[in-house]
Amino acid sequence: MTASRAGLRAHHWLGFLPTVGMLGGILFANRVRPLVFGIPFLFFWIASWVVATSVVMWLILRLDRAYERARASGEHADAEGGR
Amino acid sequence: MTVALSIMAVVFLLSIVLGLLARRGHPMTLEQWSVAGGGFGSIFVFLLMAGELYTTFTFLGGSGWAYGKGAPAMYILCYPALAYSLSYFLLPAIWRASHGRGFVSQADFFIARYGSRTLGVIVALVGVAALVPYLVLQFKGLGIIVAEASYGRVSPAAAIWAGAAALILYVVVSGVRGSAWTAALKDAMILVVVVAMGLYLPYHWYGGIGPMFEAIDKARPDFLTLGGTGRSTSWFISTVLLTSIGVYTWPQFFGGVYTARSDDVFRKNAVVLPLYQLLVLFVFLVGFAATLKVPGLVGADGDLSLFRIAKRTFSPAAIGIIGAAGLLTALVPGSMLLISAATILAKNVYRELVPTAGERRVAFVARALVPVLTLGSVFLTLHGGSAIVALLLMGYNVVTQLFPALVLSLGKSPRIGAPAALAGIVAGEVTVAAITLSGASLATLLPAWPPVITELNVGVVALVVNVMTILVVTLATRGRAPVTTVTRGSGAGGESAMASSVSPIA
Repeated sequence: MTASRAGLRAHHWLGFLPTVGMLGGILFANRVRPLVFGIPFLFFWIASWVVATSVVMWLILRLDRAYERARASGEHADAEGGR
Repeated sequence: MTVALSIMAVVFLLSIVLGLLARRGHPMTLEQWSVAGGGFGSIFVFLLMAGELYTTFTFLGGSGWAYGKGAPAMYILCYPALAYSLSYFLLPAIWRASHGRGFVSQADFFIARYGSRTLGVIVALVGVAALVPYLVLQFKGLGIIVAEASYGRVSPAAAIWAGAAALILYVVVSGVRGSAWTAALKDAMILVVVVAMGLYLPYHWYGGIGPMFEAIDKARPDFLTLGGTGRSTSWFISTVLLTSIGVYTWPQFFGGVYTARSDDVFRKNAVVLPLYQLLVLFVFLVGFAATLKVPGLVGADGDLSLFRIAKRTFSPAAIGIIGAAGLLTALVPGSMLLISAATILAKNVYRELVPTAGERRVAFVARALVPVLTLGSVFLTLHGGSAIVALLLMGYNVVTQLFPALVLSLGKSPRIGAPAALAGIVAGEVTVAAITLSGASLATLLPAWPPVITELNVGVVALVVNVMTILVVTLATRGRAPVTTVTRGSGAGGESAMASSVSPIA
């Protein structure tokens, strides 16, 4: 159950995406114009990455759920194989 | 005027009633009082987590930063979002290592992971040292909000005393359940108030958000980008990184983790909470609207900008609603900070001094400490001079020093020993104190270095010292003794930890 949720998996690298995107991009996005939806470009950039953070975490959650389902049914078949 | 005061009074009383009702049907053991027996689902944990991050600092400080500093204020939007992406991995790991073990405080976690009670006492003291100034900040905010929204009818001191009395009452009676229930009221109010103000004020004063930023850009060309007012991209990126890893080293978040029924709660929250954080954008819009319309608030007075522009725009009834929402942004986080501090002092300091004290005794001491801590904080709020400001500035850097030891403790067994964790934390804290008290910055420490380095947040230095110390002590003690796993139940982790995670509390 819970133990199958522990451990890092390849898609967890996606977790760095918000940090790298939001902060890395600031070097290029530090400008006022063009205004997007009326707000300065820098603010728009950051707000977009806040939304993107949500999307990325949702994607990771979906991949984790799929992984856990696959593992749960796999474990059922092996009848708790030794590790 | 009386209308505004009446509305605030009604919401204030409502929050007390909610806080008291929250207790119903729950016996108040220490575990129930501090962490609700670990029985909260997604919604209550969401309210607690959002409640802990959305404080008076966000409400007054967020608008104040936008008003006084411009673009650098965006860091307040960035760091929680990145903290949430970290929380997806960090909080379930903390939960799995804690669930069913009766932990009530952050120090309990460190004691169990590293098998060192000394480390527990140090972590407890670090936690309280950071919590008290943060509590003082909430009281200061409360005083400002009520004095402004009552048009000066109620003095800050009177408001602070009334707020303190309410906190003592419902925190002693209901513990964390009171916080969760009042958080629901707070979040509903703040959502409506902040979005309405953020959309209406730019429209009312400038004819729209676009025209407002055009006007600001014309009047103050450097205001809307980083670097213009002295805070560069180096400062911004390092500050966001430091504060985002610091968020979950605050003791009250450990309490939040222990309240959860399952580790999946945190994964779902990590998806939703960044969107919720977008609310801060509307707080910024209020500050930006004020910057050209109510100029002249210098330094800390920028925190008044939200109320100053609101009072020039809205009727007293609306001011009452804004004031009531602001009141709750002080009371709800305040209650959680109080619970954390009282729990830590009772369980990890009092109990260390009086090992014979039983469960009931510790639970009693925790609640008895609530009025003591509250009165102490009120005293500091009303009489603390510049010392308290220095403490506030230190707060985040103080707790962030726990981060390396926290992360290295996760997994099956800690990657470093207790001596290394202890040495790292102490070295980090000493550095924080030295830097803060001497007013040093990287520019003064490394005058010959390029601005990209010297403009980094000076908190980076303490973290580097911390990690280096951990490395040195780990290398020096390597091979002498195996990493201790004394109080961890079974060293194997994984499956066996699961077996013991069936809660012994009904």
